[in-house]
Amino acid sequence: MKNIITILLFFFTVFTLRGQDQKESTRSSNLPSVELKTLDGKTILTDTLSNHGKPLIISFWALWCKPCIKELSNIANVYEEWVEETGVRLVAVSIDDPRSSSRVKPFVDGKSWEFDVLLDPNSDFKRAMNVNLIPHTFLLDGSGKVVWQHTSYTEGSEIELIQMVRKLNQGQTLQE
Amino acid sequence: MKKTFRFIITFGLISCFIQVKSQDFIQHAQVSGTFQADAITYVNDKSLHINDSTLNGKRLGMNGFALIHYDYKNFSAGLRYEAFLPPLLGFSSDAEGSGIANWFVNYKVGDFEVTAGNFYEQFGSGMILRAYEEWTLAYDNSFNGFRVKYKPTAGIYLKGLIGYQRDYWVKYTDGNRGIVKGINGELNFNELIKKMENSPFRLSIEGSFVSKYEKMPTKTIIRPIPPEGSYEVYQYKLPENVGAWSTAINIGYSNWNLMTEYAYKNENPSALNNYIYHKGQALYSILTYSRKGLGIELSAKRIDNMGFKSRMEETENVLDINFLPPLNPLHLYSFATMYPYATQPNGEMGVHAGIEYTFPKNSFLGGKYGTNFSISYSLIKDIKKEALSPEIPIDSTGTIGYSSDFFAFGDRKFYEDLKVQIYKKFTPRFNIIAAYFNQVYDKDVIEGHYNEYGKVYANIGVLDMTYRINDLHSIRLELQTLFTEQDRGNWMGATIEYAIAPKWFFSLGDQYNYGNDNVDEQIHYYNISFGYTHQSTRISLSYGRQNDGLLCVGGICRFVPAYTGFGLTISSNF
Repeated sequence: MKNIITILLFFFTVFTLRGQDQKESTRSSNLPSVELKTLDGKTILTDTLSNHGKPLIISFWALWCKPCIKELSNIANVYEEWVEETGVRLVAVSIDDPRSSSRVKPFVDGKSWEFDVLLDPNSDFKRAMNVNLIPHTFLLDGSGKVVWQHTSYTEGSEIELIQMVRKLNQGQTLQE
Repeated sequence: MKKTFRFIITFGLISCFIQVKSQDFIQHAQVSGTFQADAITYVNDKSLHINDSTLNGKRLGMNGFALIHYDYKNFSAGLRYEAFLPPLLGFSSDAEGSGIANWFVNYKVGDFEVTAGNFYEQFGSGMILRAYEEWTLAYDNSFNGFRVKYKPTAGIYLKGLIGYQRDYWVKYTDGNRGIVKGINGELNFNELIKKMENSPFRLSIEGSFVSKYEKMPTKTIIRPIPPEGSYEVYQYKLPENVGAWSTAINIGYSNWNLMTEYAYKNENPSALNNYIYHKGQALYSILTYSRKGLGIELSAKRIDNMGFKSRMEETENVLDINFLPPLNPLHLYSFATMYPYATQPNGEMGVHAGIEYTFPKNSFLGGKYGTNFSISYSLIKDIKKEALSPEIPIDSTGTIGYSSDFFAFGDRKFYEDLKVQIYKKFTPRFNIIAAYFNQVYDKDVIEGHYNEYGKVYANIGVLDMTYRINDLHSIRLELQTLFTEQDRGNWMGATIEYAIAPKWFFSLGDQYNYGNDNVDEQIHYYNISFGYTHQSTRISLSYGRQNDGLLCVGGICRFVPAYTGFGLTISSNF
């Protein structure tokens, strides 16, 4: 009897594994699947992040990170032009802990940032993306694959980022 | 015969399974990882009284970790290796050693997600449960056990977990450590009810329950009893199970949002609260209003006896089950963080207000490029504690400790902090940040002294100027000054940075404690550093003197001793 149960369990496992395979195709990106929160409290799965076939930038930041805020402020100044020119979308992921995660929305609005901001209060996405130091910026192609990344920020680094987006749009390989 | 048959069947099945899956497992799996190593070589320094004997032969310290992730569809697994050989100065000697610090496997089936091994978790804002990792503090209170997440329908999120927490390299079987169980449920009405999906009205509620089980020893104390001069042997009643619960509500309408969380903890006599039977309570509430160009935030918090660790006798920065979010925001300039606040779990009450405002472009104050203005104020005081009777002093061990009016501030001010900051862009190439801070810091309470130092009153000014020479070259000058008549007196500091985006970085800085009463302690803390970044690999080298003080990240602080040395940090991922 025990054996039969063992075997049945085994088949069950295999079938659920296989069953899941089909479900997979609905995923729109190669990103790990982790739950993030939007600024109005909704839950969003990271593997559904996309920019409808166009390049997507994911940038990790926090309220306590000075270079991150510099980077995002400098991008905010040119973001409209970037979107118009390349169709790129920026998602800024805040890894602020519960101390400050509820302060992110007033901060972002106060700064008049136009791009999307998501919250990763448990740092699940940060860990899944192997991020150590912030700012850490990822560039994803239209299929949701990470094609380029950069850590740290110095004035002017955003110029390299938009050049990478342009290269990506022209179908070039991203070699520096 | 039966056994052989069973073996063949099982073996056959496994091999079939492996053949089917293995190709996928290798071809379609993603393996990724990251590592970081921080090393410092310490040198002797007469001004800091550092010599061969104080260094005790440990001339080189190294903290490093590597993390490897394996992802295959809905399955993921990871390993984290850590090495502290030996730990850098200021880190706990318990960290010394190396090995696999963490591992996990995670599997998602439909709306279920199961994790076995080590995991991080947070219920609500963490006031009764939060496990997290902070590398700069070598802090890791991850759970080792099982966690299940279940989402029965859109808008309902359920979690359950059981595990014990990490205490550096100590094995579970060595030393007493509690087992923590917890459940959490969240209901988001905007996701649950189709009609509310795009409504300006937002509502969500959350509830959690956490319980700690710990085998309790027999603990006694000899204490005085009336009449004067007589004593008794008192045996503590130590609960083996301590429960805590919390509930939170989030209400929003259009640009407004109000989040309130209340947490309660049953009596939990421990080394942290001097073994009193007082119940724990915490309330945290934050109201925000924001629209484009303006963000306003008001928050209030009360904490009463909310220290909660999974070992009764623990007082160090390990085994915290919960996290008590500090109310005051973190500052970004070094002088403004010289006197940092750390949450007082035994009791504190505070308020905070912050405004972030951007004067629009082409307005009188906005100028051509807009001006950003921010102001923030925090005040944190003790809670009001009343003695239970005239004979029993407050916090007497083995009693309820005290009584406390929930809405009354105590008399003692722990911390006060005012910040005013302006960011102004003058040309596309030149901008200035000017900031002023006024702080009151109760050194005795925050650093755990017994009325030795009193309060520190500090005024701090910062001027931070950035000039872009061209698209890629930039130069930044940061000037800071701190005035105080207490503690170590006045400071001034300057840092100059030159950067060539996106790869090169060079900086030179000095902090000078010119106002120290002791002439021998009027020290220059100079520093020279260099950084190189290639994509996600960063190498930085530095040489200089490090000022001693508290390094605080989140709610946890670590004391960093003064040292002089060469530092090297390498970080990368793949």
